[in-house]
Amino acid sequence: METTTINNNFKSEEYFINMGPQHPATHGVLRLLLTIDGETIKKVEPDLGYIHRSIEKMCERDSYQQIVHLTDRMDYLSSNINNEAVCLAVENALQIEVPERVKVIRTIIGELTRIASHNLWWGVMGMDVGALTTYFYAFRDREMINDIFEETCGARLTMNYNIPGGLMFDIHPNFVKRVKEFITHFKTKLPEYDTLLTNNVIFQKRMRGVGMLSKEDAISYGASGPVGRGSGYSCDVRKLHPYSALDKVTFNEALRTEGDSFARYEVRIQEMWESMAIVEQLIDNIPEGDYQVETNAVIKLPKGEFYQKVETARGELGVYIISTGTKNPYRLKFRSPGFSNLSLLNHIAVGGKIGDLVASMATLDLVIPDIDR
Amino acid sequence: MNLSLSITKNIHDWLFNMMPETLASLVEMTLIALIYLTIFAVIGLFLVLLERKVAAWFQLRIGPNRVGYHGILQTMADALKLVSKELTGTVNADKFLYNLAPYFVIITALMALAVLPFSLEFQAFDINIGIFFLIAISSIGVIGILLAGWSSNNKFALIGAMRSGVQTISYELSVGLSLLTMILITGTLQLSEIVEVQRNGWLIVQGHIPAVFAFMIYMISGTAETNRAPFDLVEAESELGAGFHTEYSGMKFAYFFLAEFVNMFIIASIATTIFFGAWLSPFGITESLPWLGVFWFLGKTLILMFLMMWFRWTFPRLRIDQLLTLEWKYLLPLNLMNIVLMALIVWLNLTIQF
Amino acid sequence: MSYFSDIYKGIKTLLTGMSVTGKYFLHSQKGGITQQYPDNRETLKMFERFRGEVVMPHDVNNQHRCTGCQKCELACPNGTIEIIWDRQVDPETGKKKKLIEKHIYHLGMCTMCGLCIEACPTDAIKWAQNYENSVYDRTTLTRVLNKPGSKLMPGVED
Repeated sequence: METTTINNNFKSEEYFINMGPQHPATHGVLRLLLTIDGETIKKVEPDLGYIHRSIEKMCERDSYQQIVHLTDRMDYLSSNINNEAVCLAVENALQIEVPERVKVIRTIIGELTRIASHNLWWGVMGMDVGALTTYFYAFRDREMINDIFEETCGARLTMNYNIPGGLMFDIHPNFVKRVKEFITHFKTKLPEYDTLLTNNVIFQKRMRGVGMLSKEDAISYGASGPVGRGSGYSCDVRKLHPYSALDKVTFNEALRTEGDSFARYEVRIQEMWESMAIVEQLIDNIPEGDYQVETNAVIKLPKGEFYQKVETARGELGVYIISTGTKNPYRLKFRSPGFSNLSLLNHIAVGGKIGDLVASMATLDLVIPDIDR
Repeated sequence: MNLSLSITKNIHDWLFNMMPETLASLVEMTLIALIYLTIFAVIGLFLVLLERKVAAWFQLRIGPNRVGYHGILQTMADALKLVSKELTGTVNADKFLYNLAPYFVIITALMALAVLPFSLEFQAFDINIGIFFLIAISSIGVIGILLAGWSSNNKFALIGAMRSGVQTISYELSVGLSLLTMILITGTLQLSEIVEVQRNGWLIVQGHIPAVFAFMIYMISGTAETNRAPFDLVEAESELGAGFHTEYSGMKFAYFFLAEFVNMFIIASIATTIFFGAWLSPFGITESLPWLGVFWFLGKTLILMFLMMWFRWTFPRLRIDQLLTLEWKYLLPLNLMNIVLMALIVWLNLTIQF
Repeated sequence: MSYFSDIYKGIKTLLTGMSVTGKYFLHSQKGGITQQYPDNRETLKMFERFRGEVVMPHDVNNQHRCTGCQKCELACPNGTIEIIWDRQVDPETGKKKKLIEKHIYHLGMCTMCGLCIEACPTDAIKWAQNYENSVYDRTTLTRVLNKPGSKLMPGVED
């Protein structure tokens, strides 16, 4: 059939639809400009900036202790890991060696954050493909982690528990007991997730072979975290460049080679198991010692450039500090995992249906404040 | 007048003694219409409450529990709120069709309600092509949805409406064929006679294997007919926001909402009538008290509706092409095979009768 | 035959999925995981480290521990804390010394990061565990933490 071109971008059967900034599937304020032919996606253009708070610029104003609390507000689902990234960068620049206790506690809390994040993602994933009950089952289990955080750090989401040089205060006496309780509880609930959603034939049909991303594309788009690992790209920073106490634990890097939405889904489910294994290895032998080393009240980084990367729940978070020797960074850049993962949305969604777009966007596990910063 | 309006014979006779025949018929019809409107409203409101409660129990929640005893008046309060809300709309909407659409949906639901045999004699309109009438009426409802989506001047609503069209046209077929399978046993389309046939055993027992298949196919396609999860592509919250009723507010939205729940009731009651003996009690234990039939009917319908709610709160949604694959590649061929099987069983007199 | 085995397997996974939700439905009478919040105020106990708002504890003699060193003001990332201070003559020693007039805390700007409490050398401020911080007028969110007429607790500066 001959198609008449209305302008350079549109064919006559195609139409344009605005998904977001307020849309249930965009998890926040992401705006997607979709070009659709019937139900088939022809083009996806993400439009960002609706929750831009210029965190990087604010960091240039703040002292190094104050920067940490801003990172809570970037990827709020893995706020502890973000905090850890900045603290590690500052500690490496100052060449401070933090006590073993701090390293172990940071790792435990980081892995718990990862479980909490993946857990929430699982609930939302179910909701995006239409199974609304998953959300509540996920929140039931996530609530236990939040309680652990609240008891130790005082906050449930934006903890700000790490400071350059260690932790703000020691763990709560109940911490070990509660974490063990959670692990026993969650080990019975995680198989239930599989029975309810993973094995469901409708879910499998929705996920398998959808949102294909080859390893080459994953690397060239800069995908990291479960998105990259779902395509067989071994990119776990915890394995490649271990930080904190991660070099002392044994765990498997969750890796799938299929590269479809279901592979990314499976990677996250397996990561929850691996994170539990890491916590189990560390929780019984938290070494005694100080929970922080004394730093100067005003931290001045030596002149130079410093980079630290960590593995957040979404992928590789890089903190790049340029210091001129003053108490504020000259420039601070966050390499956020969500931004590069979002950039491949067009690549994996084109050719699919609207439902596929929603499902594959859910497997990217986007947190919009992380993308916009 | 040919209508067998026989809810209560006494009122019927009394009215016809009191006034001329034409007037009496009019008054009687008005009365019956009012009764059915009440049934409609009560069923709608009760089902919304039930759905919310059941959903809450599936999801480890409590559900509405503030308005009235254990939240029993919650939906009444919601309805009051919706009545008092402003009726908004889009600027360039096709105003006439936009306003017409909710009535299409609600009137078809009401019409289907009229032929359901709630109990012996409790049936407003015992037409001799009952099943055929139900199938025909239930396809008109989709016109309301299509109009709503088209006239809203909203692309999300339009996508929802188009999906609805595709979905209903496909699944009509399965609903019709699975009911036809059972018609092979009864040999009649009239609902009251179908019930009479089942005095020798419910049709799902009489027809055994093919009847169970037919029932499964009917429940799947019936769920799809009512646009409920896992077939709720028409609304598809995470994809289209609210689908065809995105631009509706207040009472107009409530009409769609109520109609959806009443349609669920209708689908479940057709299943009750065809497969589970309508108002007949199991083994005839309350045969001497025919008025108890209403409770048997509602009880059976409630169980089937619970099944549909169970589907909704467990399964993810299908994609539009998978929805069509399920219908055309699985349900339809199976259905046709099932009809042949049923025909063989009826021909060879292999039905189980007590 | 894979056509029929697919149907069988599909239905089986659907039924096992339904068994999970069905199990929770049957156990639903315990009330689930819902916390009926405004009703459970009496029993709702926050953890002792919970960051509700910053307060300055006073003892029975209306004395606080704040010396006015302004470390909290400096530590705060977003200007939540303002300290208005003055040099006054101490009646006991006769020397001039820094005394706070007002320790102003803008709850509306606070991000609950806890850096001020971490920075305080005399433990003059701490977290309160109250969790209902919403008000009708935002001016009430600006709070003066030291009570009127309060004094510095003796011995804190040593």
